[in-house]
Amino acid sequence: MPQESQKPEKVYYFGTCLMDSIYPEAGLAGLKLIQREGVQVIFPREQSCCGQPAYNSGFPKEAQKVALKQIRLFAENYPIVVPSGSCAGMMKHHYPLLFEGDKNLQRVQQFSERVVELSEFLVQSLDIQLADRGQPIKVTWHSSCHALREMHIIEYSKALIRQLQNVELVELQNEHECCGFGGTFAIKQPKISGTMVADKVSDIRQTGAERLLAGDCGCLMNISGAMDYQNVSIRTQHLAEFIWERTHAK
Amino acid sequence: MPNDTGPNFQQNASRALDDQQLRKNFKFAMGNFILKRKQIFSDESETEQLRQIGNTIKQRALSQLPQLLERLEQNCSRNGIRVHWAETTAEANQQVLRIMNANEANRLVKGKSMVSEEMGLNEFLQERKIEVVETDLGEFIIQLNDEKPSHIIVPAIHKNKQQIADIFHQKLPDTPYTEDVEELNAIARRTLRQKFYRAQVGLSGVNFAVAETGTLCLVENEGNGRMSTTVPPIHIAVMGLEKVVERLADIPPMLRLLTGSATGQLITTYVNMITSPRKPGEKDGPKEVHLIILDNGRSAILSDPQLRQTLQCIRCGTCLNHCPVYTRIGGHAYGFVYPGPIGKILNPQIEGLKKAGELATASSLCEACAEVCPVKIPIPQLLRRLRNESYTSEHLATVKDGGCKKNLMETIAWKGWEIINTHPQINAIGNKIMSRLGARLPRIGPLKQWTRYRTAPKLAPKSLHQLVDEEGIRHE
Ligand code: SF4
Repeated sequence: MPQESQKPEKVYYFGTCLMDSIYPEAGLAGLKLIQREGVQVIFPREQSCCGQPAYNSGFPKEAQKVALKQIRLFAENYPIVVPSGSCAGMMKHHYPLLFEGDKNLQRVQQFSERVVELSEFLVQSLDIQLADRGQPIKVTWHSSCHALREMHIIEYSKALIRQLQNVELVELQNEHECCGFGGTFAIKQPKISGTMVADKVSDIRQTGAERLLAGDCGCLMNISGAMDYQNVSIRTQHLAEFIWERTHAK
Repeated sequence: MPNDTGPNFQQNASRALDDQQLRKNFKFAMGNFILKRKQIFSDESETEQLRQIGNTIKQRALSQLPQLLERLEQNCSRNGIRVHWAETTAEANQQVLRIMNANEANRLVKGKSMVSEEMGLNEFLQERKIEVVETDLGEFIIQLNDEKPSHIIVPAIHKNKQQIADIFHQKLPDTPYTEDVEELNAIARRTLRQKFYRAQVGLSGVNFAVAETGTLCLVENEGNGRMSTTVPPIHIAVMGLEKVVERLADIPPMLRLLTGSATGQLITTYVNMITSPRKPGEKDGPKEVHLIILDNGRSAILSDPQLRQTLQCIRCGTCLNHCPVYTRIGGHAYGFVYPGPIGKILNPQIEGLKKAGELATASSLCEACAEVCPVKIPIPQLLRRLRNESYTSEHLATVKDGGCKKNLMETIAWKGWEIINTHPQINAIGNKIMSRLGARLPRIGPLKQWTRYRTAPKLAPKSLHQLVDEEGIRHE
């Protein structure tokens, strides 16, 4: 049991740019899960993007400007909860690299230390207990590369799924393999990326699951787009939204 | 074939992706390698410690590389190994030729060496009527078929048993078709034995060169390396200058990392430690040992504190095995000597960004390579750096052809992205317009590439910002 003191009174929530425009319901679900545990959630209004698209594409100067904007907005000493392994990885591990040798480095480090991915926060800091109200369902899980290899939080995400009594989790055969998104990679190397996501889709189909869950909207957008394109009717969903749907009293 | 702007990577990759046999061969082989590595490095924390040691040993060596190379030369010379320095591959080839000519030699057998591939040594010597025979089984197979290695450890991995049987049957005189592996091995062994007897010079690579003792360390599984370095009267070893380590005590952990990562072995069948030519009274060994130390752009890489990490590489090949891109397109599609993740960071630095810069875009930055690299090279981080170098104005860039990809379209696009993401009002308006336009957006540029394999993303009618407002969440 985590100690009471681990549970903060207030947290910041960083909604990510993809959630903002494409998956807002998932963003809101994550936020409500935290609120439901009695923690006050602050959503700085002017937040936008973590800066990863430019950073990964070879435009660190532009990424810095966008990163600094966020750093200024999340100034108080509250934890910063991020419902994406990839954006969390950017803000936690890459910001200090992005600002190496910069006059803002210390401030950046103080910001980065406070970043925590949603699953980890729910399990570790809140010790959340989920009561499943949903119908029995078979799901599979996709690990995003950065949640897996930068944030190391996959076990928390899976622990949350396993708390749901009526949910059967079938694992992918190649769970550790990238879905081929990679931001501009999908645009610059379309055929390689397209082949990777097609392979991911067949792996998903083989599980016989009705739904694919993931903790990152980039992967979701990629995989759901490919399934749609191939007329595969397996629904994809962000973990936060799935949990909220199954556990909140209507 | 590489030209001014380099090989056409997209076209090569596309062709490879369409080749179902090739994809099957790679998927199968890489899956095996991954499994074997996992078995040998089953204890995660021990592996992590070992990788940290590997990283430290290589960083320590690189931080004093000029001094170590001098010490290596002194100690080798004292042991009777003659050291030659080559700034370019052309110089290195000339040095090999000079040694051959001085000994009136025209037959050479080779152990596996990626540096000799980098030099284009085979073609160079063959043009000068010198017989060159690859003796590593994989290299032997692809030499017969006039191909290049597709992997830095297992050069013929793109071929399956049937394809190899075919090559032997067609290219070796009087060889009946057989798929029996033992039989195929025996055929190769018979053929190569003759070559070993007759060769005047044996050439090999080097896995580690120990400065402290002047020792060349070479690992292999077939015994062909030992034959190449002991049977012919002259042995020439070629190495990139990053192969030097400081102490003999550095070797055991490095070997453990190399063989575990490369083939999932605790140790290879043969570990050769070469410290001198044959001494008086000894029954075997070459009369002369030469060491050619090649730079070919490595000093320039060394001068950059971040990019220098590239030189930590011990060519274990495990980043290839774990790479989702390499596994799908194989080694040839890269169009350069070094394929896979290590190739994506090494080739652009050696060949320049104009020729090889595109390789840096062929990664989703999934980190699978960095997770397994035995010397902890942050490959994705170096890829980001090289991507950046491609767009930086030339006077700032430190890599050859820096800034060569700079273009107005991308510059404007990213500047626009920056403005949108630092100005909330513009962002909100943009979001609204986009979600209204939705499916009516023209399929051009990025969206065109995206929709070749997926449907376009659908923007939500209300953004998270709006939902949060409606819920009355505090902004503070
Ligand atoms: S970069 Fe690392 S993993 Fe790849 S070949 Fe070199 S040492 Fe091995």
